[in-house]
Amino acid sequence: MIDGQALVDKSAWVWRETLAIHRRSPETRLASSLSSVEIFVALYYGGIVTVNPRDTRWPGRDRCIISKGHGSICMYPILADLGFFDAVELHRVCEEGGFLGGIPDPVIPGYETINGSLGHGLGVAAGMALGLKVKAVSPSVFVVVGDGELHEGSCWEAIMFAGQHGLDNLNMIVDDNMVSMLGYTDDIISNGDLSCRLSAFGWDCRRVDGHDPIALRRVLGEMKLDQQRRPKALIARTLKGRGVPGLENAPLCHIMNPKPELIDKILLGEQS
Amino acid sequence: MTQSAIKPRAMRDVFIERIWQSMAADESVFFLSADFGSPMLDRIRADFPSRFVNVGIAEQNLINVAVGLALEGFSVNAYAIAPFITMRCFEQIRVSLALLSTVRPMKVNLIGVGAGYSYVVSGPTHQCYEDISLMRTLPTVRVLSPADHVSAAALFDLTRSVGGINYLRFDAQPLPVLYQEAPASFSSGLIVHSRGTDATFVSTGYMTHVALDVAAALATRGFSIGIVDLIDLSRFDKTLLLTELVQSNAIVSLEEGFSGKGGLDSALLSLLSTEGLQKSFLSIGVPGSYRFELGARDVLHEQVGIGRNAVTRRVLDFLDQR
Repeated sequence: MIDGQALVDKSAWVWRETLAIHRRSPETRLASSLSSVEIFVALYYGGIVTVNPRDTRWPGRDRCIISKGHGSICMYPILADLGFFDAVELHRVCEEGGFLGGIPDPVIPGYETINGSLGHGLGVAAGMALGLKVKAVSPSVFVVVGDGELHEGSCWEAIMFAGQHGLDNLNMIVDDNMVSMLGYTDDIISNGDLSCRLSAFGWDCRRVDGHDPIALRRVLGEMKLDQQRRPKALIARTLKGRGVPGLENAPLCHIMNPKPELIDKILLGEQS
Repeated sequence: MTQSAIKPRAMRDVFIERIWQSMAADESVFFLSADFGSPMLDRIRADFPSRFVNVGIAEQNLINVAVGLALEGFSVNAYAIAPFITMRCFEQIRVSLALLSTVRPMKVNLIGVGAGYSYVVSGPTHQCYEDISLMRTLPTVRVLSPADHVSAAALFDLTRSVGGINYLRFDAQPLPVLYQEAPASFSSGLIVHSRGTDATFVSTGYMTHVALDVAAALATRGFSIGIVDLIDLSRFDKTLLLTELVQSNAIVSLEEGFSGKGGLDSALLSLLSTEGLQKSFLSIGVPGSYRFELGARDVLHEQVGIGRNAVTRRVLDFLDQR
């Protein structure tokens, strides 16, 4: 397992690579992919999710469902780095003949399911968690959702289901960046005290700074081990478009593309 | 065709009986219900409590949980009232079953009870006239619509052998038995009852019973009518069906679903068009409006022009005009 500083360094690298992909392929969703960088770094480099890049369907793997699919372009450099596919693909995002699209599809090695249409991942993850329990096998299920995604009623059907069945092998990470497509979620449909709401449905809830990969790794590690007949949620407070001037936490950042010159300037500045 | 002496049973009961048998023999078979029951289901609940889950009145989650279980290798049967299991959760079916199953093989049966008008007094919320066309638009979903419980039970074997995503459109009421025993194979997706030179009726579900009665009435007037019970509405054997369709110059489709909206009639017209076959065509189906009248099923059918008397008149007019 890599040390804390290495997690921080890896996060910075993934952040830069995500910007670089968006610079080359502006069809990708940048802001929602920058809020989840440290979440995925902690999951995949922090020893939380056990996977095998050479056998993506290995039955013993942990299942990681990336329900906020559009906001996971940062997974592309991570999966390439871990050996799921050749890094040359990172230069063919959204291009003819490539397989890394603007919204990730299940043909991408390392993606478990279909993503991007919101409100599906959590229920599918709950079904997987139930199936693993019936089979009495040990892998855990992780599912990353957005806070805006929780406006989908299907999420709450799944939240009730997981609580009812005590699916303690199910771990939901909420990328709580507080912005959906057209504004702040608090101004649209507020999730209110999400921790309180989830607790009322029988979930065990934790909170963390979603941009601190060391804290994320610690809490996710505790969650994975914690099996007390309650599904677990981690509310990771994040900033949408984090680190990009004009984009970060802007109410319309979901659909904003920073100017190429700005990205060039940021990337050059990062390197100097 | 003479009707069988076998006592009619509900399609869902015999199908669930087969599921119970498979659950006893195979630990990978799972049953999910959206708070919808059947006497047979009580046995599954009692005998296989770890592989039976009532997800509650939550059809979107019914589908998503079915997907998760199927991805873990389970053969999943998901069960609810027909309009709810097809329409409340259509996008879940589209995305996580129809789409995802193209790269992640799954075995999921969507069992919908309440085809057409079969929930007679429940009105149009619980009746189902849109499901054939909706489910047929999904290219990776097989749509299966039996006309009696014998064929319904046999469809379980088909779904076990072909896997994939199957939508079973079951009548809510026990229907007279048409088949003494299950066909040896459902691979063609259709059963030919008779061959006729004046017209060929292609029907599905309850309307196969109407087709048989109308054909018998027309036979007394000297008409020769062919009858095909089309059970697989998405992957029927086109060559075999065409063999029947070329026997006469008139085709009549009969379905308990909206007419001209992508259902059985559209499937047949598309086939005829693709093959360049010029045939006179009459579509018997539910007219394009919603109604709230109460009455027996056959009364409602007569009101909308798909009852035995109405169909007999319409077919006679149709054959006269040709």
